[in-house]
Amino acid sequence: MVSKRIVLHFPHRLVDQPIVCKLVKEYDLQFNILKAYVTPQEEGLMVLELTGKEENFNQGIEYLQSCGVKIQPLSQDVIRNEIKCTDCGVCVPICPTGALVVDLLTRKVHFYDNKCIACELCVKICPTRAMEVHF
Amino acid sequence: MRTIKEINAKIKKGEVVVVTAEEIIDLVKKKGAKKAAQEVDVVTTGTFGPMCSSGTFFNIGHSKPRIKLGGGSCKLNDVPAYCGFAAVDIYLGATAIPDDDPRNKVFPGEFKYGGGHVIQEIVAGRDVRLEATAYGTDCYPRKKLETYINMKDLNEAVLFNIRNCYQNYNVAVNLSDKIIYTYMGALKPKLGNANYCSAGQLSPLLKDPYYKTIGIGTKIFLGGGIGFVAWQGTQHNPTVKRKDNGVPQAPAGTIAVIGDLKQMKPEWLVGTSMLGYGVTLTVGIGVPIPILDEEVVKYAAIRDEEIYTQIVDYSQAYPQMIPGSLGEVNYSQLKSGKIIVQGKEVSTGNLSSYSKAREIAEELKSWIKKGDFLLTEPVAALPGAESGYTFKPLKERPIV
Repeated sequence: MVSKRIVLHFPHRLVDQPIVCKLVKEYDLQFNILKAYVTPQEEGLMVLELTGKEENFNQGIEYLQSCGVKIQPLSQDVIRNEIKCTDCGVCVPICPTGALVVDLLTRKVHFYDNKCIACELCVKICPTRAMEVHF
Repeated sequence: MRTIKEINAKIKKGEVVVVTAEEIIDLVKKKGAKKAAQEVDVVTTGTFGPMCSSGTFFNIGHSKPRIKLGGGSCKLNDVPAYCGFAAVDIYLGATAIPDDDPRNKVFPGEFKYGGGHVIQEIVAGRDVRLEATAYGTDCYPRKKLETYINMKDLNEAVLFNIRNCYQNYNVAVNLSDKIIYTYMGALKPKLGNANYCSAGQLSPLLKDPYYKTIGIGTKIFLGGGIGFVAWQGTQHNPTVKRKDNGVPQAPAGTIAVIGDLKQMKPEWLVGTSMLGYGVTLTVGIGVPIPILDEEVVKYAAIRDEEIYTQIVDYSQAYPQMIPGSLGEVNYSQLKSGKIIVQGKEVSTGNLSSYSKAREIAEELKSWIKKGDFLLTEPVAALPGAESGYTFKPLKERPIV
């Protein structure tokens, strides 16, 4: 079994077509929608946690790509600008998944991007705006 | 035991013993206050938090023909600066924002750029756009000025902060059922988080609770350069309740600081945006505490677990000026990441960077050890705990 968090970009011509449901029906995959922006006439964006057998997972990804969906791993989504971050830690209690943690010894803030679900709550509350969204 | 003069003689000879406000804690624990006071000459403190009452004076030099900005208007990168002085002196405040910033019209406002950011850009050596208008006089005929300015060309660039370095501060929580956006950060509903803002055991005035060594004229680390304590800060409130160890249990003393901006560095003066609140400047300050006697070292060795502060509701109590506290916690509890408020476990976040405060204390220590930084004798004391000096609310009176 594999489970990965991925970002899907739907070109606007695909926004009104059912695509993601086929991952369940044809490829026996489970998905959990972490975030979705779908607006008519615009590019759609969806962040999924996709789980299933590795073979099915790879075929599912191939299917998505064949439809014209662009795929990138989630870790590229929210990144921390290390120059701007002052390690204050005001983001820590805001993060719902514990991706931002204060090191009790150094008092520096660690960002575990594998735990990040790209909810972006930290992005605007960061006083130096060190958390950046990259699509 | 020793005087500042003697400490300076040791600094010049390269024999001075300097430790940070963290290191002195272990030293006093291990050797006792008497021995530690004999061994250590200076303890360095540090703090790096948002300080709204910050700003910079600039003298931009006279244009040809001359212009008198006093009584006119002036903007730096679209951010309004105050120019109600002589011809070419201006003051840019940290919280100023461009006239066309949407503010909180779309709530919560983002406050992406303002005075604090302009100050950081100027310190970083970047060109900043100056646009000014004036009414024109016989001796200052010009009415309009548009130019770039750069710190290296300014006659003077002076950081002058009327209130910084709060001695202790509230822990902010939200008892209401909707999220609120404050100068203490975003506070989630129903005690969703608890934000505090102090370097605790590294913070300058918490390590000299009765202002026995820090006074007007004390030389300090300011924004990466050298500054001085200019006065007590506004809202200086030394008469609040204190624990037996002398540490105030609520926001108390403050200092006004001044220094040459040209020596400062952009990593220690950082433009800061508080969602739904506004723009400010995060300022790095480090204050040396000369170990004059055993009493001074005892205070300098105060630990996080001995420094208590009040938990305040920012949904009702703070905005409505309703006194009262939801409880008292110490900085060791706050730094553990979780505190208990009204029986609920609440995650904590600090607005003041402890790791940067530590860097500042280390940096100041290295300056003193290298002989680059001599201590000064204060020329006057800050109003103390027995002074009767208080922080009063506004008494509103109807205008007739």
